[in-house]
Amino acid sequence: MKTDELIGLLAQGAGAVEPNAVARRYATALGWGAFGATLLMAIILGVRPDLREAVLLPMFWIKLAFPVSLLALGVAVAARLARPGMRLGRLPIALLGPLAAIWIMAAVELLPAAPLQRQGLVFGETWRQCPFNIAMLSVPAFIAAFWVMRKLAPTQLVRAGAASGLVAGALAASVYALHCTEMAATFLGIWYVIGMLIPTAAGALLGPRLLRW
Amino acid sequence: MQRIDKDGRHRETEERLRAGFDRGLAGDGAAYQAFLQELGGYLRAFLRKRLSGLPDDIEDLVQETLIAVHSRRHTYDTGQPLTAWVHAIARYKLVDLLRGRAARDRVSEPFDEESELFAAVDSDAALAKRDVTKLLDQLPERQRLPIVYTKLEGLSVVEAARATGMSESAVKVGVHRGMKALAMMIKGTR
Repeated sequence: MKTDELIGLLAQGAGAVEPNAVARRYATALGWGAFGATLLMAIILGVRPDLREAVLLPMFWIKLAFPVSLLALGVAVAARLARPGMRLGRLPIALLGPLAAIWIMAAVELLPAAPLQRQGLVFGETWRQCPFNIAMLSVPAFIAAFWVMRKLAPTQLVRAGAASGLVAGALAASVYALHCTEMAATFLGIWYVIGMLIPTAAGALLGPRLLRW
Repeated sequence: MQRIDKDGRHRETEERLRAGFDRGLAGDGAAYQAFLQELGGYLRAFLRKRLSGLPDDIEDLVQETLIAVHSRRHTYDTGQPLTAWVHAIARYKLVDLLRGRAARDRVSEPFDEESELFAAVDSDAALAKRDVTKLLDQLPERQRLPIVYTKLEGLSVVEAARATGMSESAVKVGVHRGMKALAMMIKGTR
């Protein structure tokens, strides 16, 4: 086919484009991802029974703010990676902010604690299930985030996959925080981070294969 | 002094293309067609310079990049220079092609400045290699002829059977298998 003919075909079928397409699609995907994760959490794991008392504790909100802030930053990174020629700027450094905050809190917890207490802060009672559960809850959002990214135009596929995975992981961790009864910053700084890294790594691995366009 | 002239020309090109693209996004087909036409010229020159080792692939890649620009035009951010956006798409398509051919050919510097994209125009639109008639030539006669008669010349199955001396069911089978083979070839060239 001649290029001029192709251009004619493309221009002929071209209608107006909806503005803010990227933001709209992300909103839809996050909505479905959050719905799926909440449903899985409610059915398989269950909301923590002491939620009513827990919401009065500052640590409950810190535990929620930690993955939610990573989610917001992850969405910002993914939305930029979805657009050709957009630079990430300082966003990758900003991602370290919530991590640094939780690790500083962990250090403040750990330093004055006795050795036996430290063990409790690190492992809690659910360290074995925690990363696995977060990874499981991230599956719906992972699919949704990849579905959105495929319709956009990522040019760095490993990064775009990793950012999509991080969005899914952070969303899942936020939902998991409503089930999980652990209240130590040290626990969050280790096991929640590992839980979020599982979908992030899976996204980086799958990106080049699934996001090619 | 020369540097200033060059920058000024880039800015002018950016503004003109941007205006056409914006009107296209709003639904103005004629402005959009003119935009694609001009962009095609820049892409051709840009890719020709970088694909000197694979001259047969230039026009395919021009077309593929134009299709990419078109089908992903909703990812353009209005606050972003159009140059940066198109350049990233062209480079992505170029790297994708080169990665596929890496074992076969080596090409120098696929990476360069964004402003390079609007440095030269080449509006001589050649015939793409992925031309359907060329692909058809690779099919066996019993598939090629039925497709040429029924799909390209618009004859009915009965008329095509008469013209080729094949039975009607052979024509139908030929069209079916031939179209399948064509689809495979088009996928393979991507």
